[in-house]
Amino acid sequence: MELLGIANYLVLFLTIAGVYALLTLGLNVQWGYTGILNIGVAAFFAVGAYTSALLTAPATAQPPGPGLPVAVGMLAAMPVAGILALGIGLITLNLRSDYLAIASIGIAEIVRLFLKNEEWLTNGVRGMAGIPRPFAGVDIAGWSAGGALYLALTIAVIGVVFAALQILYRAPWGRALRAIRDREVAAEAMGKNVLWFRLQSFVLGSAVMGLAGAVHVHYAGFIGPEAIDPLFATFIVWVMLIAGGSGSNLGAIVGALAIWAVWSVTELLGQIPEEPITGFGALRVFLIGLLLQVILLLRPQGIVPEPRE
Amino acid sequence: MNSALSVRSISKSFGGLRAVRECSLEIAEGAVTGLIGPNGAGKTTLFNIICGLFRPDSGNVHLRGRDVTGQPAHRLFHRGVVRTFQIPHEFAGMTVLENLMLVPAGQSGENVFRAWFQRPRVRREEHAIVKRAHEVLDVLQLGRLSGELAGNLSGGQKKLLELGRAMMSEARVVLLDEPAAGVNRTLMKTLNAAIRRLNRECNYTFCIVEHDMNFVRRMCNPVVVMAEGATLVQGTMDEIMADQRVLDAYLGGRRD
Ligand SMILES: Nc1ncnc2c1ncn2[C@@H]1O[C@H](COP(=O)(O)OP(=O)(O)OP(=O)(O)O)[C@@H](O)[C@H]1O
Ligand SMILES: [Mg+2]
Repeated sequence: MELLGIANYLVLFLTIAGVYALLTLGLNVQWGYTGILNIGVAAFFAVGAYTSALLTAPATAQPPGPGLPVAVGMLAAMPVAGILALGIGLITLNLRSDYLAIASIGIAEIVRLFLKNEEWLTNGVRGMAGIPRPFAGVDIAGWSAGGALYLALTIAVIGVVFAALQILYRAPWGRALRAIRDREVAAEAMGKNVLWFRLQSFVLGSAVMGLAGAVHVHYAGFIGPEAIDPLFATFIVWVMLIAGGSGSNLGAIVGALAIWAVWSVTELLGQIPEEPITGFGALRVFLIGLLLQVILLLRPQGIVPEPRE
Repeated sequence: MNSALSVRSISKSFGGLRAVRECSLEIAEGAVTGLIGPNGAGKTTLFNIICGLFRPDSGNVHLRGRDVTGQPAHRLFHRGVVRTFQIPHEFAGMTVLENLMLVPAGQSGENVFRAWFQRPRVRREEHAIVKRAHEVLDVLQLGRLSGELAGNLSGGQKKLLELGRAMMSEARVVLLDEPAAGVNRTLMKTLNAAIRRLNRECNYTFCIVEHDMNFVRRMCNPVVVMAEGATLVQGTMDEIMADQRVLDAYLGGRRD
């Protein structure tokens, strides 16, 4: 029984870490490849989650939806998040990167307010419940294997995304982005349309973040506007990428696993005393920040540094 | 003779500082034009305007008779203008080889979908580009540094890399901003030979900013002198050296 509990916890842990791995991979395309400072990761995550939720919610859900297959929802989450990024990018990508960062914070807030206030669409603060969870209730020899099967799906999705991004990193496309990151002016003088490349990178990264949202929502079965929490959906993703190794896709995945592991362990620690420690949440954030400092001191390029040919 | 580039009363100010004032200049097709002048005369600024990095406050730039004023730098590159930077602008986090491989225009692997779905084609192109990059590195005697990060090169090697990038392009109008500064003499002779060959055999047009007067005398004809943001005189090196205004400009430049 004990063993089963650990296995279930591990499945839960890995699934959430997998969602974070996707978010971190998306951010790596933007920041790691191109140097685009996106502080609004949460917005693209939420848009992906809501898109898939709206499309796949059955007639019995709250609010009711058309009940399309989960695969359709997940595939649609990417272009919808991508189109949002396209709109934002067209306005902001010619801004200096610090201005873009500020703009992206504002946009995340607008998206959050939209999802919270447009009740007709999103059910407002109550959020959307009853979103289909694939494999839920699947039973293998008395063990409810739904979670494990969904984890397998998550890993498969990560595998495909990783492979696709890895190809792009090595291709001339990735080379042009890295050149832009290093010396924008020289890349422009060498004939690269810097704005166009930055736009592509921003849209592609955001599409992956949208996919992360969809993967999350079909695991949780629920999504509410509090999903756009700058701490959970933006800050931690940045820590994961920097710790794992900005520029490296493998680093993005390793960073997501490592930081989520630390985060989960500190949560367990917080449950040990009878009385909950006040301010423990802030302490955890501090610990994560400290851990990041230590990693960067020991390995300035992150745990898995960006590969150099 | 036809003008490859024609600069017509260009002005550009930075705040209150008038870096280029009503500057006009013709760069003849197939010539190696020298552009000299004291520090701060506006030569680099003029290059930046010609190649589209700065938009001039007024005036026009024509490329082979076509108005290209204010067009973005990447478009001018595709129209056949390439430049090197006086202060090396290497891609520091990329290898020397990658710095060169970036340059060629029209790489299919720069398209996301081709990179994913036409991998054999992209790989074929990459092979050809690698080969060409190695040839350029050999000319520049940088071959053994091909795998080094460009940020780790010495100052002179970075200048060579600047030249290498220009050599990787197919642009026929080449603007070189102080290519000889910091490069050792023997190698510079090789480079001079390369510039001459490209100019005579392939009809490349060059405009070269350089402070080394021996270099300018050997390589450039005509020579244009810029001072305080405007062109002062134009002629052969000997004509220019005999011109009192040029002497004044240089001496005046030195005095303050
Ligand atoms: N981006 C800029 N912002 C502000 N001032 C600038 C800028 N670029 C150039 N200037 C100023 O414009 C003037 C001309 O500079 P420029 O670099 O064109 O001179 P130059 O002829 O290339 O000199 P050098 O031979 O020393 O390279 C200088 O006074 C310089 O300080
Ligand atoms: Mg200069």
